[in-house]
Amino acid sequence: MTTLTPLLTRRWATPESWRLSTYVNDGGYQALRRALAQEPSAIVDAVKASGLRGRGGAGFPTGLKWSFLPKPDGGPRYLVVNADESEPGTCKDIPLILADPHLLLEGIAIAAFAIGCHHAFIYLRGEVVHAHRRLQRAIEEATDAGFLGDNICGAGFDLTLTLHAGAGAYICGEETALLDSLEGKRGQPRLKPPFPAVEGLYARPTIVNNVETLAQVPGIIANGPKWFGSLGTEKSKGHGIFSLSGHVTHPGQYEAPFGITLRELLKMAGGIREGHDLKFWTPGGSSTPLLTADHLDVPLDHESVAEAGSALGTRAIQVFDETVCAVRAAARWMEFYAHESCGKCTPCREGTSWLRQLLARIEAGQGREADLDLLGEIPDQIVGKAFCPLGDGAPACVTSSLLHFRKDYEEHIRLGGCPFDPVACIPVREDVA
Amino acid sequence: MSTEAALLTVTIDGHDLRVPPGTLIIRAAEQAGIRIPRFCDHPLLTPVGACRQCLVEVACPCPDGSLRPMPKPQPACAVPVVDGMVVSTGLTSPTIKHAAEGVLEFLLLNHPLDCPICDKSGECLLQDQAMSAGRAATRCTAPKRTYPKPIALTSQILLDRERCILCQRCTRFAAQIPGDPFLTLHERGQSQQVGRHDPNAHDDVPHPSADDLARDGQAFASYFAGNTVQLCPVGALTSSSYRFRARPVDLTSVPSVAEHDANGSAIQIETRRGQVLRRLAGDDPQVNREWLTDKDRFGFSWQQAPDRLTVPLIRRDGQLREASWPEAITAATKGLFEANGVGVLPGGRLTVEDALAYSLFARVALRTDDIDYRSRPRSQEEAEFLARHVAGSGLGVTFEDLGNAPTIILAGFEPEDEGGVVFLRLREAVANGSRIIMIAPFASPGAEKLSAQLIPTIPGAEAEVLDQLETLTGADLSKAILIVGERLSLSPASHPAALRAAGRTGLGLAWIPRRAGERAALEAGLLPGLLPAGRTREDAEEIAEALTSDLTLPALPGKDLAQILESAATGEIGALLVGGVELADLPEAELARAALSRAFTVCLEVRASEATALADVILPVAPPSEKAGTFINWEGRMRPFPQALPTMALSDARVLSLLALQLGCDLDLTPAAAHRLLARLGKPTTSDTSQTTVAALAPGEPPIESPPTSLPIAARGEAHLATWRELIDCSRGVDQEHRLNADARAAIVRLSPATAEEIGVGEGDEVTVSTTRGEITLPVRLTEMAERVVWLPRNSPGSQVLPTLGKVQGIVRIQASGKEAAS
Repeated sequence: MTTLTPLLTRRWATPESWRLSTYVNDGGYQALRRALAQEPSAIVDAVKASGLRGRGGAGFPTGLKWSFLPKPDGGPRYLVVNADESEPGTCKDIPLILADPHLLLEGIAIAAFAIGCHHAFIYLRGEVVHAHRRLQRAIEEATDAGFLGDNICGAGFDLTLTLHAGAGAYICGEETALLDSLEGKRGQPRLKPPFPAVEGLYARPTIVNNVETLAQVPGIIANGPKWFGSLGTEKSKGHGIFSLSGHVTHPGQYEAPFGITLRELLKMAGGIREGHDLKFWTPGGSSTPLLTADHLDVPLDHESVAEAGSALGTRAIQVFDETVCAVRAAARWMEFYAHESCGKCTPCREGTSWLRQLLARIEAGQGREADLDLLGEIPDQIVGKAFCPLGDGAPACVTSSLLHFRKDYEEHIRLGGCPFDPVACIPVREDVA
Repeated sequence: MSTEAALLTVTIDGHDLRVPPGTLIIRAAEQAGIRIPRFCDHPLLTPVGACRQCLVEVACPCPDGSLRPMPKPQPACAVPVVDGMVVSTGLTSPTIKHAAEGVLEFLLLNHPLDCPICDKSGECLLQDQAMSAGRAATRCTAPKRTYPKPIALTSQILLDRERCILCQRCTRFAAQIPGDPFLTLHERGQSQQVGRHDPNAHDDVPHPSADDLARDGQAFASYFAGNTVQLCPVGALTSSSYRFRARPVDLTSVPSVAEHDANGSAIQIETRRGQVLRRLAGDDPQVNREWLTDKDRFGFSWQQAPDRLTVPLIRRDGQLREASWPEAITAATKGLFEANGVGVLPGGRLTVEDALAYSLFARVALRTDDIDYRSRPRSQEEAEFLARHVAGSGLGVTFEDLGNAPTIILAGFEPEDEGGVVFLRLREAVANGSRIIMIAPFASPGAEKLSAQLIPTIPGAEAEVLDQLETLTGADLSKAILIVGERLSLSPASHPAALRAAGRTGLGLAWIPRRAGERAALEAGLLPGLLPAGRTREDAEEIAEALTSDLTLPALPGKDLAQILESAATGEIGALLVGGVELADLPEAELARAALSRAFTVCLEVRASEATALADVILPVAPPSEKAGTFINWEGRMRPFPQALPTMALSDARVLSLLALQLGCDLDLTPAAAHRLLARLGKPTTSDTSQTTVAALAPGEPPIESPPTSLPIAARGEAHLATWRELIDCSRGVDQEHRLNADARAAIVRLSPATAEEIGVGEGDEVTVSTTRGEITLPVRLTEMAERVVWLPRNSPGSQVLPTLGKVQGIVRIQASGKEAAS
């Protein structure tokens, strides 16, 4: 039985957990002091040795990413923190920023020191104004206390940190679209190469890391890469936040080592809501193909989930019970993707809209048998042909729901309407009812 | 061998190719004759990879020698070849064929399929690919995306958004090539669309000021906007002048050369039933690449304007009356023969064949050296500079040289208004790291788009700057190029100073005039004392021998334009032979009117003008599209073009030939003879002109000595006048194009903030610029510029500088409008 490992979330229940004093009294910013006493390359080596992989969904090895930076040429190099958390179901970075912003700031300071960056940016999702306020205040506190700004901890290292609010576009979570947006342009993904490590923000070498990734860094420096590597699985090392939402008894953030299974997580979360059964779930947000009750024992690490036909993604586990219509879920998600497609490339711009129209028609009971063939073929015309992962991931909900729940679709066409009670799926809390 | 070794090997559909590093897969495939379908790709724009039509499967070699396929298909338009790369296109890969069909289906989902009423039908990339690879019927039953149509992006360019496939060619062109982001992408996803750039969309972008506005009140578009119509792979962008008028299949397309500037841009003239319907840019990588100015693209109606002269006219009883050709030729020759001397003013818009005909007709048939083509401000120093260093020098500095020079200095030359596609080549140079330095009173919009460094200079003081060029720029100028515009002739001592600078530093000199016929006129010898192919009076025997004709010139060099007009006005010269000359272009316009009125005047003209109104005999001649000929561009490059339209009109050379015959002079003025003569003469060999490349002049030995001048200081309430012609203005070349004219820049006055304060005006206030002759009142635009200098557009509505003020340089009065001048 895997147990929870509350490291990132350790202070979340502490009163006023977001204050600098709370953080410092709990040993905060000690890792930064320790890091500043080392060679920057030693930090990169430690992160490499820990096996930390990016927590933003793709799981790229973080230390390796840092080592792609070209040799310093005297010009600026940037660290950009991707806090544009927008994937449906994903809710780990924003709670982390709200509950423990200094953990992120310490991680940023250490990473910036490691890669030789003196100006870092946080690109925060624009809608979370409360998180913006809290993070801004935390930056001010940390700067006043000498953990950011000039001559950090008296070690002669300078770091300016700029907080930037996005303007409400899902695409800006894609790292190159984020950079364009940060530069003041329309957020649309850039051609790669050149990769950001070579030509990123303002055409300078840039590292883009997710919030949770950087929040792991102080732990690795404080406890050592070996300790970190002892958690998790062979190839997906360490721990992370699993966000359970939907039809579970106790939804929320569960921090656990990689390799935990949904069966274990559900047990901790009190199971599916009473009287109901699991129908399907997303392992890592709506861009990852749906899994079913057959996959309850799949270890939640990058490799095992991929083997099961999906992706670990952001570990945004959305749980749906048998009251949920798979067509309806896919149609809602596709509305999201068609709305958020940036419009740059043809397959994503046109394909997502066509899928949205088809799903709406089927859901309304006006679908035809041939529409199911189209639902099978259109994703094939998008996936792998789109410019960026948005398009490649968008049809996953259609393809996987059609694979596992073709009957739901056929029933819509046969009955000329939805066979599900739309009210039954609305969770009712007993204390409110 | 080393270059061969540097080549990369790539296998495309089983064919092995060797390509230089940096070659994109799509270009490599073209070399092998493998056609990869595409929409957004354009070789002159940076790749965007947006349409996804050119996807290919790619495998790259690993360090261990094995081939590793890339996980996703890659856009061939954006991925450079790697050594050992293996590529499969739709010809060999079913996956890729399927992908391209899928993209095509997506693009057609919302396309209106209105080919039967679309201008682009017949030359449309989407139509071509839909016909060859599209489905016969759509699988989509949802309503199509529609938009109100069309949007006028400018008064000339219309956008039908529902036809747009969002390839971003137009937006990339606007931002990258001329640097005028007048259109841009709006919205996102399904709602993404191209639209007018709205400067008010962001508070931090300055709102358009007076000088950003076109005459129609819209924010200023671009002198190069028309290129987007040609670039558009579908029918989304159309021009209002061509819209709904013809189909490509109806058109006869003739390659030609544009006549509006000295670049000799390659164009295609597209005609139907004897009418030009549109002009497109030709593809000439050495000259204009695939770009044109809007003036060259849209300005063609002047050639078939209502005031076109079609039959000869003879003045009888004070009235111009129609006459037969024999009558008119007889009348003209009689007048010219009987006069005591003829002055020849051929104008600056001739082909080399016509120019040579003028030159030989004057020297052999009329036995005069009183000839000057320059119907513009000019100087004796300039004439000497042109005769010694430009005429007969062959191909000098080229467009390509401009693209490669580390430093380019501009004197008497505004690149965007007076350079046309030169401006685009300079933009390219800047993108490659070149530095542009401009000797001018202020940084013009064009200079700003070139990030040019300004040496603030009062017009007239250029010579002093040129003499200190190395110190002022602090640069190594040995590989630099100095562009000398025709306005430099207004600055005393500036041409000698330019030559001295070239001698000292080794920089290359390029003379870039405005008119299409300037260089040909020099090659033909249309200046007093200058003979064809850069020969001088001393070489008269050589010319005579080549012509097998008698050529005895008067002892002294002939008269220049001013002297000719003076002599004609006093009756010293009895006759004038005038080509394409607008009297209002001349600083001596009044003298010219008197001269033409008094002398027996023969005019060879395309359209009725102020000169023809004063003529005694008018012989109509063909505009460029109705004759074959050769322009010589500023580089010295021959730009031959065939006749585009059937016509009854005769070329200038043909008319001059008829006159010569009537005069009993056996002179072969055919184009063939002209080219034989130029080929036989070749480059001059006499010591005086053998230099030809200015850079080879020995340092410290300036060819023309002239002391620098110190300008008089402008007093309070006075200013030095600076002016030039904007690209689109009241020029007769575009006076028929009301749509194009509405896109022209609104006329404004420019003053420095301090100078404006002196006369008590602020941004937008009306300022009156005056001389004893007249006054011009326009709103002021405060500009960072030299103090007590005032700038006006030279020939724009409400700002006809030369006719109104009587000068284009020197000191004028400035005052707030409606106030008395502080005297």
